[in-house]
Amino acid sequence: MKSTNYIKFEFPARSVNESFARAAAAAFAAQLDPTLEELGDIKTAVSEAVTNVIVHAYPDKIGMVQMRLRTMEGNMLEICVKDKGCGIPDVKKAMEPMFSTGGEERSGMGFTIMGSFMDGLRVKSSVGKGTTVTMAKKINVKVRA
Amino acid sequence: MKVLSSYQDGRLTLYFKGELDHHEAAAALKRIARTLDDYLPRDCVVDMGGLTFMDSSGIALILRVCKLMKETGGRAWVENARNQPLKVIDASGIDRMIQVTTAAN
Repeated sequence: MKSTNYIKFEFPARSVNESFARAAAAAFAAQLDPTLEELGDIKTAVSEAVTNVIVHAYPDKIGMVQMRLRTMEGNMLEICVKDKGCGIPDVKKAMEPMFSTGGEERSGMGFTIMGSFMDGLRVKSSVGKGTTVTMAKKINVKVRA
Repeated sequence: MKVLSSYQDGRLTLYFKGELDHHEAAAALKRIARTLDDYLPRDCVVDMGGLTFMDSSGIALILRVCKLMKETGGRAWVENARNQPLKVIDASGIDRMIQVTTAAN
């Protein structure tokens, strides 16, 4: 599928940047004319992906979060959240609902919510090298009278 | 995010306002735990009418409030959840364990 526009940016994995990340994603997605519900879905999925990096990827330091967003033909949005942190030893296990190594502040529902709010979710991880989460969402085309 | 509270006849109502994410959750939980300690309510209502955004950090927070209430023999539930927080609650499945009512939106 052909890309029609993109942005790339990176920021330190500090929790204060979570709201910036989802606001930036929503602002970029706006060109596809999403509904409020679709925008909410995008913001939620981005918040989960970025929080995962902040909580899990860099346990001993403040590393960087890289984000790339692309609009694709067919009114598709692709969001890629990447880190160069510790990686996930067992991706399948990490994606199980209620599984978390993040303590009582985490619910273990991050990947479940990413999966149910987006139309596609792919997680690639390598221990010691980092993790890339790629999500896709089809934005319904509105018919204007 | 702001957490305001009111207490009457054994019922503590916590009013969530703004956006609830991982960054906000830890401080909010500390404030809530202190408020629960102060009042020792029989019932705790989490009023989400003013909450415009929530991710799964909110699920962990709700579960924690319910656990704290259970430890003292009380109960907790969620009221006035708007569309986006409600969708997160639905996706998590906690509405099978905790009573959740929706806002008029």
